[in-house]
Amino acid sequence: MNSGPRNTMVAAAVVTAIVGMTGLSFAAVPLYRLFCAATGYAGTPNIGLAAAPGGNGETIRVRFNADTNSGLPWTFAPDQIEVTSTLGDEQVAFYHATNQSGRPVTGMALYNVTPEKVGKYFHKTACFCFNKQTLAAHQSMEFPVSFWVDPAIRTDPNTADIKTVTLSYTFYRSMEDSEKSGALAAAGPHVGAMSDTERQQTSKPN
Amino acid sequence: MATTSDTPGHGHDHAAHGHDDHGHDHKPGFVARWFFSTNHKDIGTLYLIFAVVGGLLGGILSEIMRAQLQFPNNHVVTDGQQWNTIITSHGLLMIFFSVMPALIGGFGNWFIPLMIGAPDMAFPRLNNISFWLLPPAFVLICVGLVLGESGSGWTLYPPLSNSTYESGMGMDCTLFALHLAGASSLLGSMNFIVTIFNMRAPGMTLHKMPLFIWSELVTAFLLVLAVPVLAGAITMLICDRNFGTAFFDPTGGGDPVLFQHLFWFFGHPEVYIMILPGFGIVSHVISTFSRKPIFGYLGMVYAMVGIGVVGFVVWAHHMYLSGIDVDTRAYFMGATLVIAVPTGIKIFSWIATMWGGSIDLKTPMLWAIGFLFLFTLGGVTGVVLANAGIDEAVHNTYYVIAHFHYVLSLGAVFSIFAGFYYWIGKMSGHQYPEFWGKVHFWLTFVGVNLTFFPQHFLGLSGMPRRYPDYPAAFAGWNYVSSVGAYISGVAFLVFLYVCFRTFTSKAPVADNYWGEGATTLEWTQTSPPAFHTYLEMPRIS
Repeated sequence: MNSGPRNTMVAAAVVTAIVGMTGLSFAAVPLYRLFCAATGYAGTPNIGLAAAPGGNGETIRVRFNADTNSGLPWTFAPDQIEVTSTLGDEQVAFYHATNQSGRPVTGMALYNVTPEKVGKYFHKTACFCFNKQTLAAHQSMEFPVSFWVDPAIRTDPNTADIKTVTLSYTFYRSMEDSEKSGALAAAGPHVGAMSDTERQQTSKPN
Repeated sequence: MATTSDTPGHGHDHAAHGHDDHGHDHKPGFVARWFFSTNHKDIGTLYLIFAVVGGLLGGILSEIMRAQLQFPNNHVVTDGQQWNTIITSHGLLMIFFSVMPALIGGFGNWFIPLMIGAPDMAFPRLNNISFWLLPPAFVLICVGLVLGESGSGWTLYPPLSNSTYESGMGMDCTLFALHLAGASSLLGSMNFIVTIFNMRAPGMTLHKMPLFIWSELVTAFLLVLAVPVLAGAITMLICDRNFGTAFFDPTGGGDPVLFQHLFWFFGHPEVYIMILPGFGIVSHVISTFSRKPIFGYLGMVYAMVGIGVVGFVVWAHHMYLSGIDVDTRAYFMGATLVIAVPTGIKIFSWIATMWGGSIDLKTPMLWAIGFLFLFTLGGVTGVVLANAGIDEAVHNTYYVIAHFHYVLSLGAVFSIFAGFYYWIGKMSGHQYPEFWGKVHFWLTFVGVNLTFFPQHFLGLSGMPRRYPDYPAAFAGWNYVSSVGAYISGVAFLVFLYVCFRTFTSKAPVADNYWGEGATTLEWTQTSPPAFHTYLEMPRIS
């Protein structure tokens, strides 16, 4: 009707809100990751080179869990089921992985700790899970992880009662690797067919 | 639902006081009028017809679901994927293609300009696009349904909706359908907001605006802030499915729980989007049939605003079991319980409006009182479910199904029917049959309560939702529930008969057929209103 400047102004404000909210929904992806890293939310441990402050004599049990996604032809397990770690002291633990297939495979491990509220007190200083790992055909490898638990865990009323922390890893095949192996193409026709050369490469038995 | 088409001679309206000396209304021909329509009343009519079609298909699906669940080990639906697709389509159809088009596109388009004294919406052509985005979206949903490839549930969670578990293009069609329906809602909301802010009659300040207008305004704001987030989430999902990204795929470092956060950031405001316009309608109906102004007008307005604002910060109460920690659950539980306060203000204000009023139990009032009863019941179970500790036990059980059907399929739908009986005479110029209106109400009331009340018992005894079958222990109440669904189905047929009787009725309809209780501006217009109304601006003193 009377599309005066006031109409345009209000409409522009609404469009700005729509564009802003769309932008925010995409910004949520990195923000969500940042939020988890900053707060230890959802059992996200601290990672980085922060030095351990030194032991105070108190201990905590740290248990190790390992899962392997069915798309990854590896066996993956911790060398020890649990260790008793001194609060504030750096500790190293080991996992072992073996590539069961006849060609190189790249995997990527995702990790968290439970109970989830422990995330902000659990520091990982070095870990195989910070990078993708490639194992040659039938290769085995030892994966170290080095961590320390902040003694502040005993002063926070939310976590003071925690005696056991479980460190968990799930190894997935990396996306690039799945793509090369045809795992993505097998997901459905709409993803797009592989080229002939790719098909020849991937049809070789493992 | 042909409305103003065959009543020439009414081309004169009261507000314009005889300025229309020619007595004709410049109506375009059929194709130009209904396909290229820029008239808010015609577009409102199209939305209402669309909502009936969407509701009919969604309703048929629910009858199939109840037939399958009538007995244990039943085989009405032959396989699980087909079942999953049916429940998905039922949810999406009812939300996006029935309740929203009726309450927002239908009644909103019809009555926002009429109630604020504006000649039309601010952007009539945009209004046309808003409507015509819906039919293709509807077709896409139906493609997903017919192909049987969109069985993720209406919440579309990955991995259920990713390319591993739903590899067919039916799922993509469903996602694109939501994109179209979302775009339609956004354009519509923009139109509503601009119209309500800029085109009110002189003297109608924001605090004098009818409650229905307030409800549509708050709804439009919720849509503008919530729907883009859904659009973002399903865009990422489409990319994950088709273009090798990993927003929600842990293999590539993504997180499926992020989708749940994004979805419910949209999804929770969405439930208020579906109920707020109903609040507006019920306020007018109760005030009209109690012959009293609404009790606590400002409280009613700010209760709606409050519900809208708080509705954005409670989303994770849908995700108590997704692994969020106890402090977060405590926050979302508290915030959710807070919503009961403004909602309570509304319920008590409606009751206070009726208190001491001269109550006339005409069909619209029956639906409004039915709404009060059922919505309050659904609200009470909502308060129960808001408690994270209880929700751990009843999450994803039929208790949840009963809860949200009480607030939506009973609450929102009852408000739609209240609006229909309240305004159909105004919209069409035809009198609805009072007797059959009441039959429709009582059949629906008995049917839906029989359907959904036993689902509380099923849920509390642990029957999970989304399954096509159940152990024999659940057989009794499921049978009752199915019988209730059939009664509701018959009630819908009665509604279609009411429509038939209404549009073939020759009884004259007065301008203000509800009398002194109906005080808003649309009652100053003829029934049906002229094709172009308010050629001269009304003034509010």
